[in-house]
Amino acid sequence: MKFSKKQKREAIRIALSAVLLIAAVTVDKLLLPESDKLFSREWLFGLLCYLPAFAVAGGETLASAVSNIFRGQIFDENFLMSVAAVAAFVLGEFTEGVAVMLFSDVGELFESCATGNARGAIDSLAKLCPDKADVVRDGKIVTVPADEVAVGEIIEVGAGRRIAIDGVVEEGNASIDCSSLTGESLPVAVSVGDKVSSGTVNIDGRLRIRTTCTSGASAAAKIVETVEDAAAGKSKTEAFITKFAAWYTPAVCAAAVITAVAFPLILHQPFMTWVYRALSFLVVSCPCALVISVPLTFFGAVGGSAKKGILFKDNSKIELLANMKNVAFDKTGTLTKGVLSVDGIHVSSEDFDGKKLLEYAAAAEFSSLHPLASAITRAYGKTIDSTLLSDIHEIPGRGRSVVYNGKTVAAGNTKLLEDIGVRPEELSDVAGETAVHLAVDGRYVGSITFRDELKPTSAEAISSLEHMGVRTVMLSGDSQAVADRVAGELGISECKASLLPEDKLKELKNLISEGVTGFVGDGINDSPSLARADVGFAMGKNGADIAIDAADVVISSDDPIRVPDALRIARKTMRIAKENIVFAIAVKLISLALIGLGIVGMWMAVVADVGVSVVAILNASRMLSKDDKTLG
Amino acid sequence: MTRNFKLSDIDCANCAAKIETKIKKIKGVQDATVVFFTKKVTITANEEDFDRIIPEAQKIVKKTEPDCELVVL
Repeated sequence: MKFSKKQKREAIRIALSAVLLIAAVTVDKLLLPESDKLFSREWLFGLLCYLPAFAVAGGETLASAVSNIFRGQIFDENFLMSVAAVAAFVLGEFTEGVAVMLFSDVGELFESCATGNARGAIDSLAKLCPDKADVVRDGKIVTVPADEVAVGEIIEVGAGRRIAIDGVVEEGNASIDCSSLTGESLPVAVSVGDKVSSGTVNIDGRLRIRTTCTSGASAAAKIVETVEDAAAGKSKTEAFITKFAAWYTPAVCAAAVITAVAFPLILHQPFMTWVYRALSFLVVSCPCALVISVPLTFFGAVGGSAKKGILFKDNSKIELLANMKNVAFDKTGTLTKGVLSVDGIHVSSEDFDGKKLLEYAAAAEFSSLHPLASAITRAYGKTIDSTLLSDIHEIPGRGRSVVYNGKTVAAGNTKLLEDIGVRPEELSDVAGETAVHLAVDGRYVGSITFRDELKPTSAEAISSLEHMGVRTVMLSGDSQAVADRVAGELGISECKASLLPEDKLKELKNLISEGVTGFVGDGINDSPSLARADVGFAMGKNGADIAIDAADVVISSDDPIRVPDALRIARKTMRIAKENIVFAIAVKLISLALIGLGIVGMWMAVVADVGVSVVAILNASRMLSKDDKTLG
Repeated sequence: MTRNFKLSDIDCANCAAKIETKIKKIKGVQDATVVFFTKKVTITANEEDFDRIIPEAQKIVKKTEPDCELVVL
């Protein structure tokens, strides 16, 4: 932890005052006789003895209390502390008087360190956006402020440097460390044509990148902005605390006045006893510990999760998330990679084997942009000799027909095959699966089936959520057969398939009526559901922009395991916030009761009050800690 | 419309909360937030009212926390 100059000065002041206080107590106990009489000779000696310690500890508080009165701020904490401390002095309770000031300084120093720490967390995020970039202009490299680089310019990023602006690699190869953006520790290899994000670090190569946006619109800048904006959201818990604080101080002050005036009259006891108790009330009247510890907890949670690639857009959503009962997942692109790959080759002709079938399919799909075509090309792994190809016809909604190696090849769906005269019963049985059928010279030869691979952590994500008592549901637009298979592999408890976007929304509304419901999705068609859900999670890397805008939480790595991670963070945040509230209010109320009964004096009141602040702040700071064990 | 401001030196969370409550009470302010940790202040009001609101808000800040200033971004 780093200390500012001001904090160091404060610490020295506290230490000096403590030394002076110890000296004063020693002199007092050794030399001065006890005296209760105000303004006696002993009292005057005592005053002289303790005054240096008091002046060092409380001078500033006193000064600002006085100047606040002139500015019309009467009931502020400085004023209340000063009244208590000065009155204690007048009553001859010198040690108490100094202690009030000394300990409130300790409390303030702690608060200031915790605040500095939390602000440091933002600053470390801000470092994600380098403020300078090396741009290539007229063949020369010039270093300019990052916000002066235009879209489409080329920037150069050497090894070990952070990429300043989002773009596409134009030249060079490198491994990129995306951990500060996505929380993923494995480096990613990039080469010409790959997209790179600002905020990531080029580990080894030298890259030239054509920028695709301005630095202000880059990924890293968006993260910083999101985290800053999230802090503006006020959770119910925080609103409660602010309200409580606004009532608490005046209430305690009123209680103090009543104590000082009414009790001595009713009970016929000496005024001084009750005035002293009333003054002790003032010492515990500051609600600062509460007012800082709750937002500090939330802020720490938002900052900490940003480092793990979980971006909360509004910190009040943490509260909802902690109470999440159901979570609905979209399938494609969320639980699965959203990229189809060849799953099975079904040969129906004696003249063909799997390899030959795949070759003919690859030929038929040569240079096609269809997702199934690229899956076939990847599975084939070799390049088709394009000189053997001719007569390429694209048949919309059906497939393709080409002449390859002198043979007419038709590849497409069942409709295409029926069009060229293949009878439906000849087709291989691939019900419920995504398939491409193939005919050569009008004769059916077989089919290729595809599947969308699961993300490696999907099953773990589902089981963690179920383990945490959250009901998981999959809502898919795919056919029932495909969705059921995926649901089975994942161990997801419920699965609804063949849903149109409006059906998804209807299912989601049913879930919401049963309890707090989250929705995890990535596509344009998911955005109504993301917006409607109590907590919407969008996949930030491959997700559609509109989905990201509609969501409350963005998962920058697209990894579904971040959903249970976010839930864990949210629950921990709420636990800490509640602990702080209960603990701080309880200690305050107990202190007030004990003071009122005359069991504890001002000393204990001060120690308890500052103790609460320190403990609450330390507890809240747990959310800021870098090595969070809850995320392993 | 919404405009952003920054608090130059704010050390006390309770003061930030007080500043927020008071700015919200300025005539013409539709909404206001003060974020203690980011020192950010946002005020929503009609465009033409800002000339009047800003000096008032600055006065409030000065009054609540003498070391602190409201900086117009």
